[in-house]
Amino acid sequence: MNREGYEAVIGLEVHTHLQTKSKLFCGCSTEFGKAPNENVCPVCMGMPGVLPVLNRHAVELAVRTGLATNCEIAPRSIFDRKSYFYPDLPKNYQISQYETPIGKGGYIDLPGHGESKRVRLVRIHIEEDAGKNIHEMNSSLVDFNRSGVPLVEIVSEPDLRTANEAVTYLRELRSILRYIGASDGRMEEGSFRCDVNVSVRKKDAPKFGVKTEIKNLNSFRFVEKAIEHEVGRQIKVLEAGGKVEQETHLWDPEREETRPMRSKEFANDYRYFPEPDLPPLVVPTAMVESVRRAMPELPAVKRARYVRDYGLSGYEVGVLTAEKETADYFEAMLPGLTNVKMAANWVMTEVLRVANESGKAPPEAAPAAAEVGTLLRMVEAQKISLNAAKTAFAAMCTSRKSAEATVAELALAQVSDEGAIAAACAKVIAEEPDKVAEYRSGRDKLFGFFVGQVMKAMGGKANPKMVNEILKKKLAA
Amino acid sequence: MAPSSELNCLTISEAAERLRRREFSVLELTRACLERIAAVDPKLNAFITVTEEEAMAQAEAADRRLKAGAAATLCGIPLGIKDIYCTAGMRTTCASKILENFVPPFDASVIAKLRREGAVFVGKTNMDEFAMGSSTENSAFGPTANPHDLTRVAGGSSGGSAAAVAADECLGALGTDTGGSIREPAAFCGVVGIKPTYSRVSRYGVVAYASSLDQVGPFSKSVRDAAILLRTLAGEDPQDSTCSARPVPDYERGLTGDVKGLRIGVPKEFFVEGMQPEVEKAVRAMLKQYESMGATTREISLPHSSYAIACYYIVATAEASANLARYDGVRYGLRERAEDNVELNEKTRERGFGAEVKRRIMLGTFALSAGYYDAYYLKAMRVRTLIRRDFERAFENCDVIVTPVAPTTAFRLGEKMSDPLTMYLSDIFTISVNLAGLPGLSMPCGYDANNLPIGMQIIGPQFSEEMVLRVGDALERSGAATLRRPAL
Repeated sequence: MNREGYEAVIGLEVHTHLQTKSKLFCGCSTEFGKAPNENVCPVCMGMPGVLPVLNRHAVELAVRTGLATNCEIAPRSIFDRKSYFYPDLPKNYQISQYETPIGKGGYIDLPGHGESKRVRLVRIHIEEDAGKNIHEMNSSLVDFNRSGVPLVEIVSEPDLRTANEAVTYLRELRSILRYIGASDGRMEEGSFRCDVNVSVRKKDAPKFGVKTEIKNLNSFRFVEKAIEHEVGRQIKVLEAGGKVEQETHLWDPEREETRPMRSKEFANDYRYFPEPDLPPLVVPTAMVESVRRAMPELPAVKRARYVRDYGLSGYEVGVLTAEKETADYFEAMLPGLTNVKMAANWVMTEVLRVANESGKAPPEAAPAAAEVGTLLRMVEAQKISLNAAKTAFAAMCTSRKSAEATVAELALAQVSDEGAIAAACAKVIAEEPDKVAEYRSGRDKLFGFFVGQVMKAMGGKANPKMVNEILKKKLAA
Repeated sequence: MAPSSELNCLTISEAAERLRRREFSVLELTRACLERIAAVDPKLNAFITVTEEEAMAQAEAADRRLKAGAAATLCGIPLGIKDIYCTAGMRTTCASKILENFVPPFDASVIAKLRREGAVFVGKTNMDEFAMGSSTENSAFGPTANPHDLTRVAGGSSGGSAAAVAADECLGALGTDTGGSIREPAAFCGVVGIKPTYSRVSRYGVVAYASSLDQVGPFSKSVRDAAILLRTLAGEDPQDSTCSARPVPDYERGLTGDVKGLRIGVPKEFFVEGMQPEVEKAVRAMLKQYESMGATTREISLPHSSYAIACYYIVATAEASANLARYDGVRYGLRERAEDNVELNEKTRERGFGAEVKRRIMLGTFALSAGYYDAYYLKAMRVRTLIRRDFERAFENCDVIVTPVAPTTAFRLGEKMSDPLTMYLSDIFTISVNLAGLPGLSMPCGYDANNLPIGMQIIGPQFSEEMVLRVGDALERSGAATLRRPAL
């Protein structure tokens, strides 16, 4: 198939759970992983007679999301009812925002895309999540724990052109949401999921092609594959002289293809109208300003600062800032250190390795950042070697003891006793007369061998700088 | 009302006082109501469920509280509850097959308030299914008969509550009013009913028909009793964000009997052709009575009144189409066997809902559907604003507005069932009050040649319940509005 000459046009709709303790319109817990229908009450079950009461914390997190993505916050917005029948939607309408979303007109700049690539946002609005259907044998069950969990939907303009850009956008958006504490971004738990709108057109065509929507993608890999597949499929249709139908598709991860939903499942007229059970949502300027003032440093700003202040590479910065916990950990190591690069390397190798191995975030997986900082300051001050630091780090991961205590306990302090080092050097030279002769006849490379032997003799604790100096002197003699 | 020695014939204020004097016990009072229900309800069908056991348990508890002293006014007062209020552990059917066996796990906020005060619930009263109707004929449990003439309707949708109070089956009752559903049956049955300002009373736990119009209110045998009941019902509720936080006046203390200097507006549009002449005559007689008591009357205009019914049937049905979507057979209530969820919804709703409910759901669904929303729903919302403004303008020149409640007295059972549009006209004088969110009191003001009660409506500005009740109470005190006990 010839993809040349075609261009994909992609827009994304992201649904993300807001990290509130209670649901959007009732006091039920939002905790994930409870037994089915444990977190439910008459309100989130849509019992007759119940009424919604808006969770103000969810509004604050939505405002934070809007500000972090450069949106204008609507001082007054309303909730609407979006009607459709589905067993996991208890009221058979969803309370959402339609005509007046809380945020509008924002944008996200994509990192690592040459000259900056800006993706404009159409809107950010607040809505409640539905429950979850579970199909077992020949019956269907519904778990309403998720019903009423607050969501924001973030809708982009169709500014993306490749699957890779789409994924970069999603990673950046997820990172922002996690930085500001609006969402945990856990795709595997459904708290960050995405619908993709894809169309293709001839390059330089003035108009967009007919789009299809791919629903409910819950991993970056699926997003990438689904877009690739759908773009290919649409080009094939066009090349064969056909027309792309406006359809809603589902991604089948097993067969790695998209396929249309049955028409019954999506032929909806949502019949939006203003929710009469909720007064208009008023967000005073003072609240917007206080949220703005409390806003943490966002990923893009942090990345720029790391490059500017620490001279780190784009790659290093990318790794260090991808997760807020990692960046926070890194920054907590820095006080008193001059060698930032060493700290960065340490995070990227040691810290992220134990984090990956344990499947936990750096603060839980690794020793306290301040203690690791202390360890690196000891390396800088040549009190311990880099290898000794690694040994101490490994021990601290389980013992959680302080750096000082661990170094002392494991006797990792460097030996800088000139006499002891000189004696060890003399001993190695005396034991290896042949090698000494070779070295003296010009095989400089053997120097490393002598260093190694001395270190070995001193249990790896000798001050390497002193070993070098003393050895050089003795071998030259 | 004509005096009666029967305890169940007392007003709330009389009963409350005599309970405090220990002249009789709550148990005796409750038993009198339950016996009355047993005797007359087979003829009336005012109750869907009689909660005898619960009532007796509540009565015992109320007696203990009264003995201990310092109990609230409503402690020990037997009430009927429209079957639209969720009552924990007590079946709530909404007069619908679809909720025939629904037992809510929670109390409506006003029910919880009444429980706290120690009120006694004798049962759940009949109504039009999901409060849709003006005659209580649209009930899956059969129609309620008018106690004054068993061949006639009790009015609707709160016909069971109105009939139960009129027939002395309880001392007071709760209804709801979306387009006249308290005031019209109160008028037809010859009792007092008030629809408070929208947002004055919590709607939490009251099965929704049209959320922006529904309001909770009481039925009683006197205006004073309406004041006593409303005092308890009204007030802020953290579970209803549309409910007002305004402090609640002591409506009973506001009943001074004084109407001197009161300016009464009489809308010319409400005295229309086709109205039963006796109705107009009775209301005009009351206006004369007010003048004799020191009030003045003046003609006012509510120019958009003629659009009220059309506007109402768009707004109310649009909201109802969404509110009633939850009855799908998935979580509670009736469930029909089906192959998939679309069929489950279709079969359950087909069997569970009555004709009028289906009619209104379809009307509302149509009014909100793509391509029609602007022409119907949005237009109706604009008309609603005009109707609200009519009243605001009118209240610049008067304190209250007095009108008939309905164009006729109670019509015959079955008379209008085949013609829903004629039926809709029963609420022609009450609907605009809901669209404007105002308080409206319905009280008896005379009888027609057939001995059927005629109702008068007193409308006030938002949150003027205290004045509206005072104006009604003054008329009641004057003796001009005599109440007759039905001969059952």
